[in-house]
Amino acid sequence: MKENQKIVIIDYGAGNIQSIKFAIKRLGFDAFLSHDEEEIRNADKVIFPGVGEAGSAMKMLRSTGLDKVIPELKQPVLGICLGMQLMCNHSEEGDTTGLGIFDAEVERFSKSVKVPQIGWNQIVNLNSHLFDNVEDGEYVYLVHSYYVPECADEIARTAYGVNYSTALHRDNFYGVQFHPEKSSKTGEQILKNFLNL
Amino acid sequence: MLTKRIIPCLDIKNGRTVKGVNFVDLRDAGDPVELAAAYAEKGADELVFLDISATEEKRKTLAKLVLDVAEQLNIPFTVGGGISSVEDVDILLKNGADKVSINSSAVKNPDLINQLSEKFGSQCVVVAIDAKYIDGNWKVHLVGGKVPTDLDLFEWAREVEQRGAGEILFTSMDHDGTKNGFANEALSKLSEELNIPIIASGGAGKIEHFTDTFQKGKADAALAASVFHFKEIEITDLKKQLRTLGIPVRL
Repeated sequence: MKENQKIVIIDYGAGNIQSIKFAIKRLGFDAFLSHDEEEIRNADKVIFPGVGEAGSAMKMLRSTGLDKVIPELKQPVLGICLGMQLMCNHSEEGDTTGLGIFDAEVERFSKSVKVPQIGWNQIVNLNSHLFDNVEDGEYVYLVHSYYVPECADEIARTAYGVNYSTALHRDNFYGVQFHPEKSSKTGEQILKNFLNL
Repeated sequence: MLTKRIIPCLDIKNGRTVKGVNFVDLRDAGDPVELAAAYAEKGADELVFLDISATEEKRKTLAKLVLDVAEQLNIPFTVGGGISSVEDVDILLKNGADKVSINSSAVKNPDLINQLSEKFGSQCVVVAIDAKYIDGNWKVHLVGGKVPTDLDLFEWAREVEQRGAGEILFTSMDHDGTKNGFANEALSKLSEELNIPIIASGGAGKIEHFTDTFQKGKADAALAASVFHFKEIEITDLKKQLRTLGIPVRL
């Protein structure tokens, strides 16, 4: 794996960042939490986490100006869970305008399934180096009420009532709906792949 | 396909696991971090840590434990036991817990469910409900089942969902410790009436009990303690058997 890279986890007050930091540490790297524009711009890899509600998370991003910084980043960026959803055009949650990096609209799961989806589900149709050495149909851990319907930026798909895009990629931007930091060995491989990009 | 989850539960007192735990291959059977890692390795889908200590130092000890577990564990975990405020939850989540489980404090102050789900999201709020079947009704009990209330299980469960709980962990006190199977009738009613995941707890004794709680009880996850701790059931064997019967599990 690429040595001595600087990994920054964007810290904007949303979600459980500790787990991601620890997951990176288990791979032998240090990740730094930061909301500083320069530090984020100068990182080799940027992780954009998020747990919670889309509207208030976007508000926090706007109040710190990070909503302008993130779409301009040139290095590999990985959005996780709500982080990925905020990288889309719009979310039904709180009728929230997103960062517009992925050309997708985030919708709420219908009542035909239990909401939130909580647990381990399969990722299929894998189509990215993010999934090197990951088999089609492996299990990842997901916790979410909103999802990205199948779209052009899709690099992995999952079925829960509907087929939906469970990972996205455009240019240097990647997004995963699942939690790689909590997805056992499969998640570790995916994080390793991201650090190898 | 979303899989059914198998969740070992560890009782914690003053930062150590208690109750006989029979992991002979471990150096120190009381170390929750080592136990957690062993369960993750064996294919547990999640873990629950239930803090039963009552000391003043409890909050600090628990926060430290959560941090230590989060550092090692690559699967999700829930922390429960005596959590009664937004501040309690904030510390646990910041230290790396994925979810918290609240029980008595939710009954005493139902608004806590709303506060937690608004601040941290429904996905990390598990409401645990202990209930006992009395004269044809399931009655909610508090303080580890010691104190009866007038609350009806199903009414309380519906309220809990409306207030923003992400999951319900239902323990039947009539089944807990019996090793005669889960309360599948009540579980399936909960699962049908509610639109959030239901975790079955209390009564696991053999593999068939898990099969039944997923098929007849329509549970989304099953939690057990002693059958795993005493190696009466190996998680890998359990999951293989479930898969043979067509129940989706992660192997």
